[in-house]
Amino acid sequence: MTGNDAVLALMVATALGFDFTNGFHDTGNAMATSIVTGALPPRVAVAVSAVLNLVGAFLSTAVAATIANGLVATGEVTLTVVCAGLTGSILWNLATWYLGIPSSSSHALIGGVIGATVAAAGFSAVKWQGLVSKVIVPAALSPFIAGAVAAAGTVLVYRFTRGVPEGPRGRGFRYGQVGSASMVSLAHGTNDAQKTMGVITLALIANGTLPAGSKAPDWVILSCALAIALGTWIGGWRVIRALGKGLVEIEPPQGMAAESASAAVILSSTDFGYSLSTTHVATGSILGSGLGRSGARVRWQLARRMVAAWLLTLPAAALVGAVAYWVANGIGGTAGVVVIFVALVLASVTLFVASRYPAVTPENVNAAWTGTVAPEPTRTDEVSR
Amino acid sequence: MNSWINLDAIWRIVVVGLLTGAGLPALFALGLRLLNPAPLPGRPATDRPTAGPLGRTLAGLIFAVVLAAIGWGVSVIVNHR
Repeated sequence: MTGNDAVLALMVATALGFDFTNGFHDTGNAMATSIVTGALPPRVAVAVSAVLNLVGAFLSTAVAATIANGLVATGEVTLTVVCAGLTGSILWNLATWYLGIPSSSSHALIGGVIGATVAAAGFSAVKWQGLVSKVIVPAALSPFIAGAVAAAGTVLVYRFTRGVPEGPRGRGFRYGQVGSASMVSLAHGTNDAQKTMGVITLALIANGTLPAGSKAPDWVILSCALAIALGTWIGGWRVIRALGKGLVEIEPPQGMAAESASAAVILSSTDFGYSLSTTHVATGSILGSGLGRSGARVRWQLARRMVAAWLLTLPAAALVGAVAYWVANGIGGTAGVVVIFVALVLASVTLFVASRYPAVTPENVNAAWTGTVAPEPTRTDEVSR
Repeated sequence: MNSWINLDAIWRIVVVGLLTGAGLPALFALGLRLLNPAPLPGRPATDRPTAGPLGRTLAGLIFAVVLAAIGWGVSVIVNHR
C-alpha cells in the first residue's frame, strides 16, 4: 500500500465518519416531534428514520452535483484538502451535538471544505457567487418560509378540528405524524447522504482514481447510505430533546403541521437544486407551529442560541478545516494526514465520553424541559436502571 | 432574474410549500372532523353521534387524496435526475 493509497483510505474513512455524524445529528429534524408526542416510541422512531434514510440515499442523485461542482474550483482540491475540510465538519458537528444545538450538517460540510480549500489555494479558489446563491440565500430564507408554512398549517388544523374531542384528535394526528415524519426522513436521505457521496466522488476524481465527470461509484453510494442510516439509528438524543422539548411544547396536530411543512419545503427546493439545510427547515417549522397555536409558549432564548450557532457554522467549520489543512500540510505527506486523523479520533472520543455524564437516552429524552440539554437525574431514573 | 438570488424559484417554493405543507395537513384535519361530528344541539358534549356513511365516505376520499399526494411526492424524488 503506497502513501497515496493510505491517504485515500483515510479520506474515505473521514467522509463516512462525517456521514455518520450527519445521521445522528439530524435524526431530530425528522423524528423529534413524533417522539415527544408519543406518536412513535423513541427506539422505533429512530429505526424507521434510519430505514427511510437508507432508502432515500438510493433514490436520487440530484443534490450531490451542487456540492461537487458549484462551490470550489475542483482543480484546487486534493485528498489532503478534503481530509482537512471533513475534519472541520465533523468537529463542529460533534461540538454542536454535545451542546444540543441543531446546527446544519450541510453547512458544517460546506464550511469545512471551503476553509481547507482557502487555506490550500487562497480565496480565489472559492466560487463565492455559487456559495451565496446556492447556500447562503436559501439558508437565510428557508427557516422563514418553513415557519410560515407550518404556522399556516397549524392554524388551519386547529381550526378544522375545533369540535373534535381530545382523544380521537390526538390519535388521528399521531397517525398523520408517522406519515409526515417518514417523508422528512426520506427527504433527508435523498439530500444529506448525497452530499457525502458528492465529496468522496470529488476527491476520487481529484486523485485521478476516477475520470472527470464520473458519477458516484456503487460502493460509494452503498457505504454512504449505510453510514448515514447507522448514524440515524444511533439517534442524536441530545438534539432530539432540544428540538422536541426545548423550543416549544408540541401537541400532535402541531407536530404533523411542522413535519408536513418541512417535507414540503425540502422536497420542493430539491427540485430547484438547492441543497437546503434540513436542520434550518425543521427548526423553522417547529417554531412556526408554536406561533400557529394560541397559548403555545416559544422559548425564544433557546431559538436565539440556535440561530447564533447557525451563523457561526460556516465560518467555524471553515476555520477548523483551514487549521487542519495547515497542520497536515506543515507536517507534509501521508504523516500529516495521519496526524489530523488521529487528532480527530481523539477529539471525537473525548466529546463522546463527555456526553455520557449525564447522558440523554431514549428513556429520558422526553423528560420535562428544565433549561438543560441533559435532564437532571431523578430518583426514579436510578431505580429503573 | 438575478444571479445572486433566484426570486422565481423562491416564490414557487413558497406556493408549492403552502399548498402541500399546509394544505395537506388541513385536508387531513378535515377528514378527522368528518369522522368525529359535532354533538347535536341541546345534548351534552359527551353524547356524540358517530359518523354516518356519507361522513365516512367523504373522510375516506380525503385520506385517499392525502395518500395520493404523498405518493406523488415520492415519485417526484425518484424521477428527479
